[in-house]
Formats: sequence, structure tokens, C-alpha cells
Amino acid sequence: MPFTRLVEVGRVAMVNYGKDYGKLVVIVDIIDQARALCDAPDMTRKPMYFKRLAITEFVIDISKSPNKKTLIAALNSSKAFEKFAESAWGKKLAAKKAKAASTDFSRFKAMIAKKAKSAKIKAALK
Amino acid sequence: MADGFKYHQYQVVGRHLPTESDPSPSLFRMKVWAVDEVCARSKFWYFIKRIKRVKKANGQIIAVNEIFEKDPTTVKNYGVWLRVLSRTGYYNMYKEFRDVTMNGAIDQMYQDLAARHRIRASCIQIIKTGVLADEECKRPNITQFHKENLAFPLPIKTKRASEKKYRSTFKANRPNVAHF
Repeated sequence: MPFTRLVEVGRVAMVNYGKDYGKLVVIVDIIDQARALCDAPDMTRKPMYFKRLAITEFVIDISKSPNKKTLIAALNSSKAFEKFAESAWGKKLAAKKAKAASTDFSRFKAMIAKKAKSAKIKAALK
Repeated sequence: MADGFKYHQYQVVGRHLPTESDPSPSLFRMKVWAVDEVCARSKFWYFIKRIKRVKKANGQIIAVNEIFEKDPTTVKNYGVWLRVLSRTGYYNMYKEFRDVTMNGAIDQMYQDLAARHRIRASCIQIIKTGVLADEECKRPNITQFHKENLAFPLPIKTKRASEKKYRSTFKANRPNVAHF
């Protein structure tokens, strides 16, 4: 199987370690075999190690090291971050986040709803 | 060291003490890499006494300023010319690095020499440094990153804990490290 997720200018990646954990960034230039210059709308461009990046399937059309305005425009027109949120990976992250934010009472309500649902299914299948 | 660099670039300006025969001696300016300002002063005296007839006992330091990178958000090629003391003698060396700051390139250089040649930091003298245009670079490891539309895979997916404190020796499930 050939590789489809490549490190290249415009590749969207997710930070999987450290202070920026969970942040979506765009590779704007490749420094060397271990690092790339990464940018996102809400941060200053900085080098990141490939060890700390998880490469996504999305690429946006940019040239090397674009200015912030061009980057944001390219992100808006490609909707790469929105598409990521709709992907299976993005949905999983959102579900994880929702679960972490849920309270004991909301989990209890979910449990009651699930019970009611399965009772109905059981009755319908009989 | 909030910026994480071990070596910082300093500009040290010094001169011979004024004497009767020379009431206004010429100033000497030197750019050195050092761990801190104190080491920068020391390095200045070390080099200047080899080049000029000035030493700490008959000279003075006028100013020490740290030099910061003007543009730390663009990738550049750095060339470093060195004089290195190995176990057998002095050698000259030329090395190239890609980084966003000169300090980063110098840190890479110290690491590289320690790794490849087991050379300690105290045995390294930086002769000259420079920012190179792409066509000026010589080393294949640097020029390979100048390719138009460069793209390469990361064949192994490293599954990492989100923070150091979450690291574990053993995992409940075998991770899938194939990365397509």
C-alpha cells in the first residue's frame, strides 16, 4: 500500500504531545528530517518535531511560509479544519471531549435514555 | 533560558586600556557564542589575546550585548566554519544546518560534533558563521530539503502519551504503528 499521508507544505497535522496537545496545525515549511515549521490561525509560526505531530489526510493549497492572512484564507476556502471535525478521527475527539465535560447527572440521564430506548426495541422485536 | 537555547550569541566590545602613548586605543568587536554573559567575556579575552596585544590585565570590556534573531519564523540555511581540537590536533571544519535561528543551528552544531566526533564544547572554536542562499549550500543533507514540492512519508506512527507523566512501559493493547 503506498503512503498517502505525506509530510509536505500545506499538510494539516495534529499535535500529540506537550503544551499544544490536540491543536490542529498546518505544515508551512520543512526544516529538516526531524522538524517542520508549523502554523495555525491562533499561534506564532514555530518549529515542531515530527515526533510530536500526527499527520492527517487533509492538505491545503499554500506556498512555503505564507503570511497569516493567506494561511487563514486558504484554511477558510478549503474548510480543512471543519472537514477534520467531520472525519471519524475528529468525531472521536469530539465525543471524548463531550464525555470528559459531562457531569454525573448528565451521564445518569443518558443511562435512563438508553434504558428506555432498549426497552422499546425489545418490545418491538418481540 | 526561556527560549531553550544553550548557547547565546553575544557581541563583546573591548579595547586596550588608554596609555600615554595611545590615549584612545581602537575598539575591538567580537561576536561569540557562550552560555551566558560571563562566559562571553571570558571567550572574548581568550580570542583577543591571540589576535591582538591586549589581555585582561591591560584591557577593558566596553559593552556586552546579546544578539537576538531578527526573524525566528522562517527557515534558513546556516553555514558554520570551525576550528576543532581533536585527540590528535587541530582541524578545520565546515558544516551546514537548517534551522529558524542561528542559536538553534549552533546548538545543532555542538550536538553534531559531540555525536559524530566525540568533541567537547571546550574544544570547538567558531571561526565564522553565515546565512546561506539555497544555491550556496554544499551538503547533500541540506540540499535535499531545497527540492520543489518536497514530500515524504513518516512510515512509523509513534503513539505517544500526551504528557511525560502519562508515559508507561507496558501497554494494554498492541499499538498499530503502520502509517498510511
